[in-house]
Amino acid sequence: MRALRILRRSIRDSFKSIFRNFSLSMASIICITITLILVALSMFLSYNVNQITTSLEQELTIVVYLDKDVTSENKKEIENDLKTMENVEEYKIKSKDEWKAEMGKENETLEHALKYFEENPLLDSIIVKVKNVNDLKETAEKLRKYDFVQSAEYGEGMVESIISVFDVISIGTFGIVIALIVVTFFLISNTIKLTIFSRKTQIEIKRLVGASNAAIKIPFVFEGFILGIFGSIIPILLSIYGYTILYNETGGYIYTKIITLVKPFPFVLVVSLVLLVIGSFVGMIGSWLSVRKHLKI
Amino acid sequence: MKLIKVEHAYKIYKNGTTAVADLSVSIDKGEFVFVIGSTGSGKSTFIKMLYREEKPTSGIVNVGGIDVAKLRNSKVYKLRRRLGVVFQDFKLLPKLTVYENVAFALETLGLTNNEIRPKVLKAIDAVGLKEKARNLPSELSGGEQQRVAIARAIVNEPRLLICDEPTGNLDPETSKEIMTILDRINKESETTIIMATHDKELVNKMKKRVLVIENGVLVSDTKKGSYKVHESVKDSKKKYS
Ligand SMILES: Nc1ncnc2c1ncn2[C@@H]1O[C@H](COP(=O)(O)OP(=O)(O)OP(=O)(O)O)[C@@H](O)[C@H]1O
Ligand SMILES: [Mg+2]
Repeated sequence: MRALRILRRSIRDSFKSIFRNFSLSMASIICITITLILVALSMFLSYNVNQITTSLEQELTIVVYLDKDVTSENKKEIENDLKTMENVEEYKIKSKDEWKAEMGKENETLEHALKYFEENPLLDSIIVKVKNVNDLKETAEKLRKYDFVQSAEYGEGMVESIISVFDVISIGTFGIVIALIVVTFFLISNTIKLTIFSRKTQIEIKRLVGASNAAIKIPFVFEGFILGIFGSIIPILLSIYGYTILYNETGGYIYTKIITLVKPFPFVLVVSLVLLVIGSFVGMIGSWLSVRKHLKI
Repeated sequence: MKLIKVEHAYKIYKNGTTAVADLSVSIDKGEFVFVIGSTGSGKSTFIKMLYREEKPTSGIVNVGGIDVAKLRNSKVYKLRRRLGVVFQDFKLLPKLTVYENVAFALETLGLTNNEIRPKVLKAIDAVGLKEKARNLPSELSGGEQQRVAIARAIVNEPRLLICDEPTGNLDPETSKEIMTILDRINKESETTIIMATHDKELVNKMKKRVLVIENGVLVSDTKKGSYKVHESVKDSKKKYS
């Protein structure tokens, strides 16, 4: 009970101090706000990008076109090899007739054009799904070595570059966020330092009348905590409303069906929680460091 | 019963200044003791060791059974809760009223408002400031401000009250008022009082125990002493050294 009363009085003191040092508190709060908005943006971005990359990766296939005069022995040979290749997830034979039927369905002109050929001009093929994108190139090279393989194609370059651009973006935002967190620490420590100085007599009297060290330190740590909470309000509102609106406006897709947004709920709630935790922890740790440095007790 | 026991205490500051040297003294419960000496003689340093603002460099300083030298930083508050301290510069919080300034001490200790109220009123009454309880320090005279500080120091009913030149900023008339209050606190609640001062007149009039410190050394300790004793001791010490 006694500890609870000390806690309650500490919270009261923290609020008083925040309003007394208003401009400095505002600076800290704004800094936390900016940091957390960026954290939120990078979380939305990286989570969605992860989603995109996994769906891209799932799509990753090599199309192996076989020569016109391929024999059924040849087909058996390559099928046997495919079964033992490590990077091959699964494969499917797609004959030239299947191709013809599919193309005809998609495009009428093509259907007409294909009718003019006596013999099907398309090639038999095998569609190979790989396990690992990074070994995609290697696997394709292997398949090209067969005499009866005309070509083995995949979205060369395109896929890798999309993934690496996303990587660069998320590493970049991560770097900016870390830098901002450091700046925020610094600002909060300074805010707390000044409130410590402005309450010097108060601290001195507290020590004289026998307040325990914890009772003296708690108001300052609380102050940092409250600054962190205040700083996370706007980012949380922006996340919840901003993302939900974006999702509803776009119908969950950006540009094409390739980029699918993650459903807002419970995703935004998780993001909000993370923001709140980061904000309050940065606030508390920042002030704790300051208290340790400037209150030599 | 001994409340304070100091044995061969030394205080050497980090810059090499020896502020207190080989000081031994013991003080009984309920005593009223003056500590006098010229400026820079080590009065404040001696007093600071009693409430563990400074640690003795060597020797023993025992206050109410607590060995001050061995007291860890995190446990200092246990000593402080048993004593009250009053300074020359009052150390009041300017934005709090008289009542709040006195209550502040108990609030930080976590007492309930119901526990705090009667204690604070009693302490304010003891220093004769009942009518001014709602005033801010800036609305009070120097003597009244010092009385608030005394009320804050005694509100937790300590066994020991330490005063470092409490009348240093006050005129003789007001100083007398403060002494009357301190004397009454000493007699009525058997609170031990230790007071450092420069004021010869006060010391001579009060006829209390007097410790004289010169250059950090305790040169005289007399019951019902006066400043005169101090002068003679000083002379003899000069011849001696
Ligand atoms: N924190 C400190 N660091 C170094 N030296 C100090 C410190 N405090 C006091 N001293 C020195 O110790 C000696 C004793 O100082 P102290 O304050 O105890 O004297 P005093 O008797 O209280 O003087 P006054 O009557 O002026 O208050 C002085 O020489 C002073 O300069
Ligand atoms: Mg002094």
